[in-house]
Amino acid sequence: MFNMSLQTGIGFVLITTFLASTVEAIEMVTIVVGVGATRGWRATLIGAASGFAVLAVVVAVFGLALSAIPIGPLRLIVGALLLVFGLQWFRKGVTRVAAHGLAGMKAGHADEEAWTGPGFDWTAFVLAFKGVVLEGLEVAFIVVTFGVTANQLGPAVIGGMSAVVIVGAIGAAVQPLVTRIPRSLLQLVVGTMLTTFGTFWAVEGIGVIWPAGDAAILVLLALYVSTALALISIERRHAFGFSPWRQA
Amino acid sequence: MNLIWSSLVAFGRFWYRFIVGDDWTVAVAVVAGLLVTAFLNARAIAAWWLVPILVVVMVTVSLGRSSRPTHVVREIKEANKQ
Repeated sequence: MFNMSLQTGIGFVLITTFLASTVEAIEMVTIVVGVGATRGWRATLIGAASGFAVLAVVVAVFGLALSAIPIGPLRLIVGALLLVFGLQWFRKGVTRVAAHGLAGMKAGHADEEAWTGPGFDWTAFVLAFKGVVLEGLEVAFIVVTFGVTANQLGPAVIGGMSAVVIVGAIGAAVQPLVTRIPRSLLQLVVGTMLTTFGTFWAVEGIGVIWPAGDAAILVLLALYVSTALALISIERRHAFGFSPWRQA
Repeated sequence: MNLIWSSLVAFGRFWYRFIVGDDWTVAVAVVAGLLVTAFLNARAIAAWWLVPILVVVMVTVSLGRSSRPTHVVREIKEANKQ
């Protein structure tokens, strides 16, 4: 029973952090590949690597700080934070899926001119660094809070890093393919999972015992998925005057 | 002193936008729901259902209030132009 529960937990942690990281990695890779292709790769890759170094420090410090908090208050605080934060992604996901369906993100404009001057290209460095740090901060937040509260920071970091490596490899091999990943749908899936676990942990952190124990997570997930589908249908019906299912 | 204060304000504003986002009423409702759940739980009243229902209601209200007719309609029109 314990092993089953533990395995399910690892699966949820891996999937959630992998998908959350994929959502942000798409934008991150689009920025880095766009800057690298137009201004040159050396400074861009050094900038991106520096950004990842900053994120690693953030994850380590934030992870250690949260690990020091007892599990009861931790679940209440982190659950409430994840719930409020997850609801942002949930609402954005519903709005964007209602508007764009399974479309990917628009390709960015590569306005930067190629660097031909002598010395180090600091503009490329800063653009890549900013892209990685700003897009990666939300992922770091999700990975640490989710990982520490589920007592599985290792799998959470692996899930997050795998997504960056896979999306990065796709971006390096076939750049336009990255923009075709259905980012809005992924954002909705992650928002739904964060809202589910946020609700479960925050209420449990208060001291409330869920009926059916951990199985309540699946009931919450079903409730929020149904809500998302209903809201997408309502939004599209309101905007277009017909059901989304007929348009597809 | 002015620089320290403006840095603190910017830091607070960053975290507010990062966690709470564009609709503060959802965050307030979640916190209020958790407080009421704690209150009921302390009196041995089953309250596990409160936050999930509150989440569904608040998301519906928030989307209904803020996204129509601005965000969604604008996004759909832009998508259809492409």
